[in-house]
Amino acid sequence: MLIDKKHIGMKVPPHSVNLTAWQLKWFAKATGETNPIYFDEEAAHKAGLPGVLAPPTFFFCMDMDKEHPFDYLETMECDLGKMLHGEQSFNYYKPIYSGDKLDFDGEITDIYDKKNGALQFVVKEVKVRRQGEVVGDLRSVMVIRA
Amino acid sequence: MTLPSFDALNVGDEIPSLTTEPVSRLTLALYATGSGDHHPLHLDQDYVRSKGMPDVFAHGMLGMAYLGRLLTQWVPQEAIRSFGVRFTAITWVGERMVCTGKIVEKIEQDGEKCVRLELTCANEQGEAKHKADAVVVLA
Repeated sequence: MLIDKKHIGMKVPPHSVNLTAWQLKWFAKATGETNPIYFDEEAAHKAGLPGVLAPPTFFFCMDMDKEHPFDYLETMECDLGKMLHGEQSFNYYKPIYSGDKLDFDGEITDIYDKKNGALQFVVKEVKVRRQGEVVGDLRSVMVIRA
Repeated sequence: MTLPSFDALNVGDEIPSLTTEPVSRLTLALYATGSGDHHPLHLDQDYVRSKGMPDVFAHGMLGMAYLGRLLTQWVPQEAIRSFGVRFTAITWVGERMVCTGKIVEKIEQDGEKCVRLELTCANEQGEAKHKADAVVVLA
């Protein structure tokens, strides 16, 4: 069944995340990071940073940090077991650190299909703000297999 | 870490590559913790088989994180203006990732001297898993 295109323009329920050094430490361990500004608060402070630096893809993790990270796909009645990540991109305006509180505000901007509906694509764009200032944005394309 | 010089770099130049440890089930469990992405497609083989796939597979964003390391081992992170990836193939347990990048364009953007890079995350056999691009400010 094709996803109803009426969902284009749908707002994703906004959420906020408190970025912690604890989570960044585990992310660094998982990704093999060796530069301590990404996992050691003391090293980050010595480097003149206000906290542990979040690496370039971490906006995505925080965007997922909610009770139902794919709430928008559930609203569209997609089978999350048939989901693949198709594309991901980021624009960066300001670095973010442990101790920051970030607000995520997203919208569905496109829905399309290929191969006679065998692959469906849902595009979500999210703005990330810190105290009202946009620090980055992200664009995710999720693919749903038939 | 200092910024490379815009004038000293040319289209076609490669940046230092990054080769990871093989992706293990432990890697996927650690990535689930660090990223908060506990989707069973990456952790639960019974679930994955019920969905018609042979085994758990890596989070696409793990490969993008490796490409992020490729960039931040070359320039300080604040030099990265944009970074995008297309996930073109699935990364399976046991595969080692080889991340490479080359300069494809020299541009002035918002008054800044930038380069656009094409990045690839492939397995050791050269099968590309992710194709990415990034715009980075240089000195």
